[in-house]
Amino acid sequence: MTNTISDIEKADTIIVMGSNTTENHPVLSSFVKRASLNGKTLIVIDPRKIVLTHHADKWLRLQPGSDIALINALMHVIIKEDLYDRDFVERRTENFEALAETVEKYSPGHVSKISGVDADDIIEAARLYAKAARGSILYCMGITQHITGTDNVKSLANLAMLCGNLGIEGGGVNPLRGQNNVQGACDMGGLPNVFTAYRKVDDDSARQSYENAWQVTDLPSKPGHPVTEMVDMAEKGTLKSLYVIGENPLVSDPDLNHAEKAFGNLDFLVVQDIFLTETAKTADVVLPAFCFAEKEGTFTNTERRVQRVRKAVEAPGYAKEDWKIICEVAGRMGYRMNYTDSREIFEEIAAVTPSYAGITWDRIEEEGIHWPCPTGDHPGTPILHTEQFTRGKGAFFAVEHASPAEMTNDEYPFILTTGRVLYHYHTGSMTMKTKGLNELAAECFVEISPGDAEQLDLQNDDMAKVTSRRGTITAKVQVSSMAVDGTIFIPFHFGKAAANRLTNAKLDPVAKIPELKICAIKVEKAAA
Amino acid sequence: MGNDMNITIDDNQLTFEPGETILEVAQRNGIYIPTLCHLKGTTPTGACRICVVEVKGAGKLVESCAAPASSGMEIFTESAKVVKARKEIIRLMLASGNHNCAARNFEIEDWTDFQMKVMAEEGAEQLCPVWGDCKLQDLAYRYQVDTKDMPPAAGKYPMEKVNPFIVRDFSRCILCGRCVKACKEVQVNNAIDFGYRGSETKIVAGTDVPLKDSNCVFCGECVDVCPVGALVFKPALPVDRSRKVEKVRSTCAFCGVGCQISIHTEENRIVRIEGAGRDIPPNCGSLCVKGRFGYDFVGSDERLTTPLIKENGNFRNASWKEAFDLVAEKLTGIKDQFGPQALGVLTSARITNEENYIAQKFARAALKTNNIDHCARL
Ligand code: SF4
Ligand code: SF4
Ligand code: SF4
Ligand code: FES
Repeated sequence: MTNTISDIEKADTIIVMGSNTTENHPVLSSFVKRASLNGKTLIVIDPRKIVLTHHADKWLRLQPGSDIALINALMHVIIKEDLYDRDFVERRTENFEALAETVEKYSPGHVSKISGVDADDIIEAARLYAKAARGSILYCMGITQHITGTDNVKSLANLAMLCGNLGIEGGGVNPLRGQNNVQGACDMGGLPNVFTAYRKVDDDSARQSYENAWQVTDLPSKPGHPVTEMVDMAEKGTLKSLYVIGENPLVSDPDLNHAEKAFGNLDFLVVQDIFLTETAKTADVVLPAFCFAEKEGTFTNTERRVQRVRKAVEAPGYAKEDWKIICEVAGRMGYRMNYTDSREIFEEIAAVTPSYAGITWDRIEEEGIHWPCPTGDHPGTPILHTEQFTRGKGAFFAVEHASPAEMTNDEYPFILTTGRVLYHYHTGSMTMKTKGLNELAAECFVEISPGDAEQLDLQNDDMAKVTSRRGTITAKVQVSSMAVDGTIFIPFHFGKAAANRLTNAKLDPVAKIPELKICAIKVEKAAA
Repeated sequence: MGNDMNITIDDNQLTFEPGETILEVAQRNGIYIPTLCHLKGTTPTGACRICVVEVKGAGKLVESCAAPASSGMEIFTESAKVVKARKEIIRLMLASGNHNCAARNFEIEDWTDFQMKVMAEEGAEQLCPVWGDCKLQDLAYRYQVDTKDMPPAAGKYPMEKVNPFIVRDFSRCILCGRCVKACKEVQVNNAIDFGYRGSETKIVAGTDVPLKDSNCVFCGECVDVCPVGALVFKPALPVDRSRKVEKVRSTCAFCGVGCQISIHTEENRIVRIEGAGRDIPPNCGSLCVKGRFGYDFVGSDERLTTPLIKENGNFRNASWKEAFDLVAEKLTGIKDQFGPQALGVLTSARITNEENYIAQKFARAALKTNNIDHCARL
């Protein structure tokens, strides 16, 4: 997030797009709901009638995959009605003309046909956001999990810059990170192209400094492959081994039938986890690790706040801390990695990571600090870009609407969109161990609109057979007023009826994120 | 106005900010005024009246949580009139329900002895689970409210237990309305409200249905703010006071909000998770159902406890030495034969920063590959 969680309540208008906030970031959603309760304007843009729409002043129901068109239309109105922040645009941005030229084509009337949103609603939403002194944009995977994910994000940044809503309290473009430490995993260089603090592996001077710090030579300079490509490489036989730590790709990956085949093709699979997950079952070696309540360390939350994790109980049996396991393996492979404890690792992180340089465990004993925090007396940075953008001036990227990778047709007439429910987390390996959570959300379901249900002759608790070009699953029907005709929702948590057997693995060309939010399916009543 | 933003509370000369209530001025200056229904950050209701104070010149006692401070006020927080009013309020509250803790008049030395006495009492099936952690009990003790001949009243409405997480014991509800404020103004879930009228008044979910059939999302905010034993967390029952509870501050391990939590343990077992504190960001005491109740996985007997090696399609237990040797040997072999590009590492959005750092250092410095990623995009 460019801004903080508490900042949300300071906005005058909030746009929530592609985020089912009440289920996926429940406590953060209460900040949004409180803002609305206290008279702030809330605009929800989502294909489903999610709970947050009940708190919203406006719900724009867009057709899945029409995000760019819709955002361009908002900007079209804002520029046309001269509601944009001229001063900000002149002082802090560049490339405005190209943007203006592109969005010129996206009139509300035209976009209404692409997105299904009423032209008047587009105009009104544009005014509500542009006229607000402080406008905040929150988004999540409903924006990123598309083949146009990167462009979707750029469009939202365009919108925020156009209205001067960056670098101010109550503003910002705020991605909500799904898992507890996604932010930290990225900050720490758990990505194929960067070291810590996003320093590029193909940058010679960055590499040089890590070679010095780590006392090694020949760090690889070519960016590696993201997980989605590694799966393809495994299938082709060019990737021979995967070492998987605390992830369960055989439930969370798109197009699971394909992923299973690819994993089966590996020469050697190591899984390090706390449970024998679906993925671990296929491994050659399984290594038992500690869970969060058994170890000391830090997580970095979605607002870039580095916070302490502390040991509360002893780990079971012979399990070990993840870092100790990895260091042992490294040592046996001839590279020594020796630390007495994780505090010492954090000190090394601070030494090689400019944005974490000023953070110590002592400083975050009581309250976490937002990076960047370059020095020991720096208070941290709750709001990014207050003076300037990382690259100086903020550039507008004019982007065009593009259709999703897979469209509906006569054979596959429905759109499937996947997501999560409040009571479970990711592939459920943790939450499904709590009886009460299973009681409240027992199994997979197919959420379908009353209209579609009638047409398909389906009723609550019937079993539905759902088929895409890649696979089939069977799950219980849930007729719901959240669903809109033509779009069906299935949560992906449940390994037994894994929605990812259906999903499309087509990737965004830059971010390499698969289009989990859209694929074409057919739905039939399953034989009882 | 202007220069005289002054009041006196119990003979202390104090200044106030525009809009501050008497209670806020007092609290800011460390002067104790009891409260029950007041919930910081929500609109005051004046429901319980325990916070009344005497304001010189005003005819009636005023509710300090709702009354704004104004210039020249002379306030007494524990005058005879105030104490008398508070005693009466506490008496009525105790008499209104099954408050079997106070009915013994605090002459108790030994816990077990006390428990036995309570259990022996007619109608007192079970001792209140929040004994020792109840604001009403504290107040009854502080103001020495005499309840000798006051039998615990039977509940008008039956207890609700039909959900996995929250027990609603209406016989102990003092109708302070804090839960309603928490649900409607803090979490904004609008699941519960006051229902019925007069002596029939009850906190109802939806159209007086069980919580699980209402808008309730089991965030637990209402339980957290209930001053008495009317709302309790089911997984924390039964309470065993002979066990020592330890508390550790940490960060929730589920979503990216990063709520600050307090983990309560007993004998190496997590028994409860609470918000770390109302002043601690980012969550300021709030949690969601996963963060509050989703801890059973930690002590699950399905946890992996030993390394496993697959042989002929089946896993067998292995020692760490065996497992380490095998992993190192295989990875080295593949690296030598096919090059580092044939190796890949998936690190995790669940593990700590320290561990992610080690994982990428391992991939780059030991395996010599940049094939490292995690599943954050999924
Ligand atoms: S349930 Fe608790 S918080 Fe709610 S009104 Fe009753 S006593 Fe007050
Ligand atoms: S648990 Fe949360 S949603 Fe349910 S009644 Fe209490 S405050 Fe409301
Ligand atoms: S308590 Fe809920 S909202 Fe808070 S971090 Fe945990 S999962 Fe997220
Ligand atoms: S605390 Fe003031 S009226 Fe209840």
